[in-house]
Amino acid sequence: MKILVPIKRVPDPYGRVRLTSGGQIDESDIKWVINPFDEIALEEAVRLRERGANVEIATVAIGPSAWEEQLRTSLAMGADRALHVLDDGPTDPGVISHLLAAVCRRENPDLVLMGKQAIDDDFNQTGQRLAALLGWPQATFASQIELAPDGSRARVTREVDSGRETLEVALPAVITTDLRLNEPRYVALPAIIKARNKPLQRLEASELGPRPQPRVIVQSLEAPPPRKAGRRVGSVDELITALREEAKVL
Amino acid sequence: MTKLLVLAETDGASVLPDTLPTLAFAQSWAAATGGSYDLLLTGGPEIAQAATDWQSYGAGHVLVAASPDLTHPVADRLAAVVNAALQQTGATSLAAPSSTFGRDVLPRIAALRDLPMLSDVLSVTNSGNGLTFRRPMYAGNLIATVTLVGNEGVFSVRGTAFGKPEPSATASPIEAFTGEMTPTQGTTWIGLDAPERKRPDLTAARVVVSGGRPLRDAETFERLLGGLADKLGGAVGATRAAVDSGIAPNELQVGQTGKVVAPELYIAAGISGSIQHLAGMKDSKVIVAINTDPDAPIFQVADYGLVADLHQAVPELTRKL
Repeated sequence: MKILVPIKRVPDPYGRVRLTSGGQIDESDIKWVINPFDEIALEEAVRLRERGANVEIATVAIGPSAWEEQLRTSLAMGADRALHVLDDGPTDPGVISHLLAAVCRRENPDLVLMGKQAIDDDFNQTGQRLAALLGWPQATFASQIELAPDGSRARVTREVDSGRETLEVALPAVITTDLRLNEPRYVALPAIIKARNKPLQRLEASELGPRPQPRVIVQSLEAPPPRKAGRRVGSVDELITALREEAKVL
Repeated sequence: MTKLLVLAETDGASVLPDTLPTLAFAQSWAAATGGSYDLLLTGGPEIAQAATDWQSYGAGHVLVAASPDLTHPVADRLAAVVNAALQQTGATSLAAPSSTFGRDVLPRIAALRDLPMLSDVLSVTNSGNGLTFRRPMYAGNLIATVTLVGNEGVFSVRGTAFGKPEPSATASPIEAFTGEMTPTQGTTWIGLDAPERKRPDLTAARVVVSGGRPLRDAETFERLLGGLADKLGGAVGATRAAVDSGIAPNELQVGQTGKVVAPELYIAAGISGSIQHLAGMKDSKVIVAINTDPDAPIFQVADYGLVADLHQAVPELTRKL
């Protein structure tokens, strides 16, 4: 079976994002990584293969040429091949899901496994939109995935607000991953060098048909107002007094 | 006149309280557009009885889609029903709570309707030449001001940013959903493992007591934090690290990818204050931090910081309250 794992290049989630004086994201000292949720999706694909499933894993990224760095990392993590859809234009989840649907129609994967959200724009839309465009079932926020031995369906445990829900989806389907599905492996340098021989195919977004324009337009970005400085209390008694008499929340 | 459909969050049998701030968003949206809104309830046959409780929030109609097929709605079937309800009501925009319920189904409907979608909407205003929205990005470290091409859209609403909806003088008439219940496109609902809730809902609680990995094990977590939460009539929350290490169940996670809370009082015990955790609680009215590390980032957002070992301080606090 073929698993397609879309990946996005995002700023390191443990770094701090700053704005330039012009109100744009300051990219001068950003460390770029694979979106952590997509990394979890790729790790899961690799583990499904390691558990004995006969799986071909292809990763796909839609973005400028610099994104090749993250595709190379994905090959080092265990993807068999990578597809780079070169695209420089402005995007939103509507644009990306449209392009991913076109990729799926060419690649015919049995499963699209991807992060539930990107940690930069925090949209949490692309997987669900892709499933709708393809008319496939979806299972979002997966914390456990089991493939049927014959590859016809997947049983997915989902993290939902009330607890854990289990669904069974017929394949092909889109599954989006949550944090606790797995802990991605560390990729050592030799693996990245070795992965240089793995196939990486490039194509222009225009080869996938007409490209829609984004309809979500960011007008400006600002840092939220900081909280006013608090103070230290020296004891539990002092804390209780402050909460009762100053904050009046008890 | 433009119309918005509000999809109520239900558990199949009753309407969940985070539908209220979504109705408050609908009222802001109606004020900004001069439009109106309808409310859609979906669920099993029991959901029909819930409709009478939702007639006083200014909706043009309360539309009820009740069917055994919707008792455990899966995204593809629910999306088809909401799509048909948009046709029935003539609504061209859609809103629902930004919970796992809304986040799961809304983008699917947005794609079916070929509409843009905004996640976690914090506000909507009319800027004079169209609607302007605000929403968080980068784990809440940035707030984006955004517009939509065409103004119509799908919105997941961050509950903590909107209060209660204004009550209306006249009752919204109840109407039945007349669309077809299409079969699912290959999803089977297997089960829900939902621990019984003995405390207020995390996102609606007046007080939230949260803990991190220093709580060490599930028993200590429940005894110390649960004890304090019960004394205050509050809910219990947890960091991602606490959930990852099995100390707390996943539905308690507060943060960028968990729940977003803004209670009157948030007590953070043994929480260092990662960017991802702060994203879920920094709009709380009063924040108390208890941590042994005086340099923990949580103290930068805390109104009251106590440098102490939570294993002593939390039981002492519970005892003295």
